[in-house]
Amino acid sequence: MEHTHEHKKRPYMWVFLWLAVLTAIEVGVASLGLDKTIQIILLAVLAAAKAILVALFYMHLRYDKSILAIIGGFPFFLAVIMALIILADRTLVGGLIGG
Amino acid sequence: MTVTYPTEANEQPFPGLAIQKFLMWLFLASEVMFFTGLIVAYIVIRFNSSSWPVVAEVLNVPLVAANTFILICSSVTMVLAFDAFERGQLERGRYFLIATMVLGIIFLSIQAIEWDELIGHGIVASTNLFGATFYTLTGFHGAHVTGGVLWILGVTIAAFRGHYGENPIGVEVLGLYWHFVDLVWIILFTIVYLI
Repeated sequence: MEHTHEHKKRPYMWVFLWLAVLTAIEVGVASLGLDKTIQIILLAVLAAAKAILVALFYMHLRYDKSILAIIGGFPFFLAVIMALIILADRTLVGGLIGG
Repeated sequence: MTVTYPTEANEQPFPGLAIQKFLMWLFLASEVMFFTGLIVAYIVIRFNSSSWPVVAEVLNVPLVAANTFILICSSVTMVLAFDAFERGQLERGRYFLIATMVLGIIFLSIQAIEWDELIGHGIVASTNLFGATFYTLTGFHGAHVTGGVLWILGVTIAAFRGHYGENPIGVEVLGLYWHFVDLVWIILFTIVYLI
């Protein structure tokens, strides 16, 4: 069986540090009492940043074959489309889907 | 039109890519759809609900933030376990596996404390929509963590019996699952506890 990874020094601890810092910032943002829309956007960006860090470095998508990113990313892409449709439904036509 | 199929049982669809890893990613793709369905349902229910409790009043956000940090720590120990096995440092790898398992158990214990607090406040799954969606989302995630802990236990026992010295793919595939569970929690923590 092949070894697909070279024995390089990878930034696992730096990623850990960023994940910890971003989590602390998230808790801070949630407790600041910001405008709800701004708060949701900020928290969504922070969560997305953390998820991308985990996927790229801990799940090795940065180093692996791109077919794996397509397999994992495509349903996620569809999920984002679905979330946007629901958001548009609520804001533009008053919630036809959600009732 | 002629379609050719692999003729050998061990023929790989993507040369240079371990079949176990390929299959795990296919499984994770199905898991993405599963959790997406739950999360989008939660969003629709929550934003169409006229009465939703103030999350900070009913949920112990600082405790769960600490628990989130513990799960992130477990992702680090898992990736360090794989890194150690890949470098042939088997003993180091085994201890990082044990650390990951312990952190997973701590995560589950804190989640149990959180559920106990919430039940103590009279909120169960049948109380209202908040209870139903909260226990469904965190419950399914907790079930995945429980499955992961049991899987780590199995891999750790196999590692102590001398496995993964030549080929650490078993640890890598386990790691993919564990990091995915961590990734799902990152999103759940934001959506359920912070927004």
